[in-house]
Amino acid sequence: MKLRQLSLFLENRPGQLKLPCQVLGHAGIDILSMSLADTQQFGILRLIVKDEERARRVLEEAGCVVKVTEVLAVEVPDRAGGLAEVLEAFELCGLSVEYIYPLSAGHRGKTAVLAFRVEDPDAAVKLLGQSGIRVLSREEAFEAMGA
Amino acid sequence: MRIHDDRRFHPASAPDYVPVQQLRSLQLERLRRIVGRAFDRVELFRRRMEERGLVPDGVRSLEDLGKLPFAGKADLRDTYPFGLFASPMEEVVRLHASSGTTGKPTVVAYTESDLRVWTEVMVRSLAACGLHRGDVVQNAYGYGLFTGGLGAHYGAEALGATVIPISGGNTDRQIMVMQDFGVTAICCTPSYFLHLVERGRELGANFSRLRAGIFGAEPWSEAMRRRIEADTGVKAYDIYGLSEIVGPGVGIECFAQSGLHIFEDHFYPEVVDPATGEVLPDGAEGELVLTTLSKDAMPMIRYRTRDVTAIIPEPCACGRSVRRIRRISRRSDDMFIIRGVNVFPSQVETALLAVEGTLPHYQIVLTRQKGLDEVEVRVEVTPEVFSDEVRALEVLKRKLEQSLEHTLGIRALVTLVGPRTLQRSEGKAKRVLDERQI
Repeated sequence: MKLRQLSLFLENRPGQLKLPCQVLGHAGIDILSMSLADTQQFGILRLIVKDEERARRVLEEAGCVVKVTEVLAVEVPDRAGGLAEVLEAFELCGLSVEYIYPLSAGHRGKTAVLAFRVEDPDAAVKLLGQSGIRVLSREEAFEAMGA
Repeated sequence: MRIHDDRRFHPASAPDYVPVQQLRSLQLERLRRIVGRAFDRVELFRRRMEERGLVPDGVRSLEDLGKLPFAGKADLRDTYPFGLFASPMEEVVRLHASSGTTGKPTVVAYTESDLRVWTEVMVRSLAACGLHRGDVVQNAYGYGLFTGGLGAHYGAEALGATVIPISGGNTDRQIMVMQDFGVTAICCTPSYFLHLVERGRELGANFSRLRAGIFGAEPWSEAMRRRIEADTGVKAYDIYGLSEIVGPGVGIECFAQSGLHIFEDHFYPEVVDPATGEVLPDGAEGELVLTTLSKDAMPMIRYRTRDVTAIIPEPCACGRSVRRIRRISRRSDDMFIIRGVNVFPSQVETALLAVEGTLPHYQIVLTRQKGLDEVEVRVEVTPEVFSDEVRALEVLKRKLEQSLEHTLGIRALVTLVGPRTLQRSEGKAKRVLDERQI
């Protein structure tokens, strides 16, 4: 029920983002989704790929600092107010969201899939299941991203 | 603005002008005594001399000094706290200390006679800058274990000037006092003075009575002097000293402002090749080595200052016979001085280690912004400390900054950088990048 994402440390200067993308490209690893958090000083690049262990290895060999963390792939109704409803469920479950980024749109007709980062993903999967929110399995999430 | 200048002769300055022959014979007499004292009373000096088969009586000329072994900062550390004292505690009337590499300070001691000498050279220093009775001196050097505050204080007092012992910090109050008390001279670091001037402008303060600044405890340049003098009309003098020798007052500029006179009747200067230790002729650039000729509590024989300079053999326009050294341009080791505080890379390592548990690759970058020295420590992010969350990285950065401030006693900015981005060199890493335009 969880997706493993790769997080990379980036310095805030030109050329920093290109390097990991090139490394993955040379290794034939497709980036399914990504997000970039930036501060004045540094950035964190978060990547979803299919073969995360191999991706991690090649990135580390290229000198990147990589951390593997878990996110939830959550289905969100693709209409006005859809995300608000899902967030309401998170709130009712007492889950605080660290960050969100999109994985795919137009999955199964009128739903989008978003990556949610919460403090305790295992507990979150259990709580969300009880409140009718659909958390996709790894395979379902990859399928939604067309991989 | 007019540059104030006062060249009246002060009687305390008389020893600055003794004929060279007389000075040399006084130096030799004092040198023979102090080498004997160090040999008799300080185990480290005796052992080092015995290892080389040297005895105090072997010193028959000033040139013979060159045969004696060196002393250095590490010797103070290794014999911490009192191992280099040549006087029993009953005769020691003051202790000072400066920051060291391992968290332990280096301790220095003074007898009553040592304090008299220190005050004498400080009076001669201030007199060389044209200060005298009637001057109102704001002493913004830190009071405490640091020698700057008390050294300047007693010197200015003995000169007959009015001393304001305001110590460092609290800029707005400094400005108020400078203006309201009609301050005519100030003692502080040059970068702090520029900061005072800048803040004074914002507050619309008027410093028109201020005519001299006695600036030291950090390296500064001719360009900075020109800027200070052009901006403020204050004549800016460079003072030199180090606690291991006495504190401030080892040397100072006179009105000619072309090199610093060393009070060599008390502190004998040599310049050596930092790599080989060979004594260099006057005029050649190398590391300054100082021998205290009259310090009883803690004699220093051939102390390696790590400061790079050259002895200026030509006579000075002021007529003083005591020789000059060129302004200190840099240091021959990794230690750096920032806002008057000695900092060693090893202290930075201690601070980083305390937070991360292992030592990351790092580099220290010194910059000068708005006249104030800043320390930036670039730290490579390791997989152990890297977090997926921005907040956690910001917490890490803050923890590192707090640990650095705690260890160094000054604020340092931490920048997290990517792995393997800092330059590695063969053998010793280039830990300190000094980008200060001084």
